[in-house]
Amino acid sequence: MVDVLVIGGGNAALCAALMAKEAGASVLLLEAAPKEWRGGNSSHTRNIRAMHDEPQDVMLEAYSEEEYWQDVLKVTSGITDEFLARLVIRASSQCRDWMRHHGVRFQAPLSGTLNLSRTNAFFMGGGKALVNAYYRSAEKLGVGIRYESPVSSVEIQDGKFIAAYIGDERIEAKTCVLAAGGFESNREWLKEAWGTNQYGESPADNFLIRGTRYNKGVLLKQLISLGADSVSDPTQAHMVAVDARAPLYDGGICTRIDAVSFGIVVNKNAQRFSDEGEDFWPKRYAFWGRLVAQQPGQIGYSIIDSKVLGRFMPPVFPGEKADTLAELAIKLGIDPKALQETVKTYNAACRVGTFDHTILDDCHTEGLEPAKTHWALPIDTGPFYGYTVRPGVTFTYLGLKTDETAAVHFNGVSSANLFVAGEMMAGNVLGKGYAAGIGMAIGTAFGRIAGTQAAKAAQILNQSQGAEHATA
Amino acid sequence: MQQLNALVKEANELAIGTPESEADRMLQICNACRYCEGFCAVFPAMTRRIEFTPSVVNYLANLCHNCGACLHACQYAPPHEFGVNIPRVMAQVRKDTYMTYAWPKSFGALYKSNGVVVSVAVSLSIAFFLLLSALLNGSLSSGPLDGNFYAVFSHNTLALMFGAVFGFSILAIAIGLIHFWRGISAGVISASAAAEATHDALTLKYLGGGHGDGCNNEDDAFSLWRKRFHHFTFYGFMLCFAATSVATIYHYFLGLHAPYALNSLPVILGTLGGIGLLIGPAGLLYLNLHRNSEHGDASQKSMDRAFIVLLFMISISGLLLLAYRDTSAMVALLAVHLGFVMGFFLTMPYGKFAHGFYRVAALLKNSIEKRQKNHLQFGAD
Ligand SMILES: Cc1cc2nc3c(=O)[nH]c(=O)nc-3n(C[C@H](O)[C@H](O)[C@H](O)COP(=O)(O)OP(=O)(O)OC[C@H]3O[C@@H](n4cnc5c(N)ncnc54)[C@H](O)[C@@H]3O)c2cc1C
Ligand code: SF4
Ligand code: SF4
Repeated sequence: MVDVLVIGGGNAALCAALMAKEAGASVLLLEAAPKEWRGGNSSHTRNIRAMHDEPQDVMLEAYSEEEYWQDVLKVTSGITDEFLARLVIRASSQCRDWMRHHGVRFQAPLSGTLNLSRTNAFFMGGGKALVNAYYRSAEKLGVGIRYESPVSSVEIQDGKFIAAYIGDERIEAKTCVLAAGGFESNREWLKEAWGTNQYGESPADNFLIRGTRYNKGVLLKQLISLGADSVSDPTQAHMVAVDARAPLYDGGICTRIDAVSFGIVVNKNAQRFSDEGEDFWPKRYAFWGRLVAQQPGQIGYSIIDSKVLGRFMPPVFPGEKADTLAELAIKLGIDPKALQETVKTYNAACRVGTFDHTILDDCHTEGLEPAKTHWALPIDTGPFYGYTVRPGVTFTYLGLKTDETAAVHFNGVSSANLFVAGEMMAGNVLGKGYAAGIGMAIGTAFGRIAGTQAAKAAQILNQSQGAEHATA
Repeated sequence: MQQLNALVKEANELAIGTPESEADRMLQICNACRYCEGFCAVFPAMTRRIEFTPSVVNYLANLCHNCGACLHACQYAPPHEFGVNIPRVMAQVRKDTYMTYAWPKSFGALYKSNGVVVSVAVSLSIAFFLLLSALLNGSLSSGPLDGNFYAVFSHNTLALMFGAVFGFSILAIAIGLIHFWRGISAGVISASAAAEATHDALTLKYLGGGHGDGCNNEDDAFSLWRKRFHHFTFYGFMLCFAATSVATIYHYFLGLHAPYALNSLPVILGTLGGIGLLIGPAGLLYLNLHRNSEHGDASQKSMDRAFIVLLFMISISGLLLLAYRDTSAMVALLAVHLGFVMGFFLTMPYGKFAHGFYRVAALLKNSIEKRQKNHLQFGAD
């Protein structure tokens, strides 16, 4: 019987498997996906948010524990466990050498990412390169790896893990680490959580999933039904507005639409519904996912004119283009009259000062509801362009409650041999909101703790079994 | 779902397009992703652009070292429906570049079945030299000639034949290169840009993977062997070239005529170079045979292998010639060696050899461009 069974195949699972193996345990890792799709959402990531008190290898300046904590506090509006959050923050300052030891490479600050290089360390090649490195290291160390092994259920007795099932196959282990991600690719569950809106629609029907198709939350659901304590709620998720033509799964980073703050965004009735100039797109785009999810049909249209072309990252897919707004509206499938009216009102309200898209400039609207507080330029120079956006779910926050040992809790009592890491428990730290790079920080910190704790628990079991044999 | 299907259809339609349009499609995706920015010069050069015209694609393709890193790291690599495979599409575009810029233009078609072209050129050259030496010498196994090659072919005959072919090949490469350089509108070469490009070319900087661990061959693991074997090949070649140059100087300026003693400079340089040209090509061939099938362009394998094998054969025939130059086998060995060298000279502008020149030109443009201001500074997250 294997000492540590790791369920999942992303960053959290791999960190746990590597730590458990390094601690001397025998380890088997079960990944639901086939090899080509291994690594879950972790293979789509770019960076990890890392605390540091002074400039350090790829990190610029300093990012103190306090500043990091304040950032977490801000984005979560206080829905966080301070003790666990600080544990993650401190761990984030110490994990890079261990990561390097297992083959992860970081890249020096680059042109486009300078503003983030103070707070985030970038993986060279991104998350897939990171995941590849961990798998290579795990194989070298002798971790057993099985692909295409979706665990359908686990057997729990009095809060203790006994075995996992892949269909009919039963796999026993002394201890287990759950790191199977959230439930964002379980459409049924998303629909159940989001219910029906005021228009009689099921909003979740129109969500796109930015990451893996394999995070179905089967075990999350089962454990909660078995009495495991949970955190956060099922509607909480990181949601981004993405190009409506993005694939249903694995659209990843490149499908975001950067044009939002350069024009207006309207809903399917051609009405504006939020301040497009409130903040820079990178900071705000996570918010637009939810905004669009709340609109009828869960759809939005980002409209710009030719003046601003070349000022933002061109989207992966070309937008609709037309010489007049009416023509553009028809191409986008919205009412031409209504769009013309909306643009007319908006244009009339624009107070153009000195346009500068690199700062929060003084171009704004007056007497318009909702206002556009920066970069408000009239939309008047054809040809016009339009991009259709949809809510894109990054990952869900509902998870299992845990503590600094990463143990799963049943009615407040921590399990002796069942541990949890990554998205499955990220909600402890991240009740809502998001700060770029914190997903990997949580997964790395808790993956490593879970692996160590599982190895320790297995050793204790081994010793007590040894003692039993000796006395028998 | 309908939109998705339309998209997949669009992608498929594009996929049957030219390598250039495929490269454009993939680079748009890369430009919105940029995860591979740290691996090599292609990605930073890409971020300076929002459009990928054929000339830009040609430039970026020749900047790509086919290291494979961005394929294994790519979240959009097949089986993802975006089907991003930068090393492959870049290799396809490179082949198109060589064909487009070849001079005379019609000879560009030789790239299409380069492996065959090289084999035929080499076979004919060897046959030619065997016949010629048999004719001039009466037989292929005359008594020992004390390593005096000129007893078989006069120095002037050799100099004329090889000089003419070599001269033509260098001219053809130069004309192609000038057209390429104009096509990518490279700008003014500063001393520091030239120095950097030279350094990057001589050290094969971009086979280091950006992290110094090397490039990919069979799988996602990194290895420095491709870089090392390439170094053996390149510096081995340069040593052989140096040996020939020194011998030419000896002949014309110092009145020192071959055969040269074993401890003379031309023989030492040639021997060391020859050893490099055994190890390097043998290693590269081994790696090529074990290369991940997703890397590069399968249709160019014959060109790559023909070139590697040719270098190996030049080297081994040269070393055998040195070893047996005092025996009766010399005449035959000489003819075979000269045949391989002639085959190489003949196919130089229309085979793998040309890649080095285009690569260096692209590196030079990259160094020039890096020193210019980048006007595109999009916000990144
Ligand atoms: C597009 C995108 C970009 C992101 N960028 C960043 C970033 O730059 N920085 C950052 O910190 N975070 C980022 N995130 C968030 C980050 O991906 C997650 O926080 C993190 O990857 C969670 O890791 P994990 O190991 O818990 O889950 P995952 O990486 O999703 O791994 C879950 C694994 O479990 C497997 N699995 C699921 N169910 C089962 C089962 N029943 N049996 C067996 N295996 C199963 C899956 O196949 C998968 O391998 C991003 C997310 C997305 C989608
Ligand atoms: S090769 Fe793939 S991962 Fe790399 S930049 Fe391009 S799209 Fe992104
Ligand atoms: S294959 Fe290597 S050299 Fe070519 S673009 Fe990709 S990372 Fe750069």
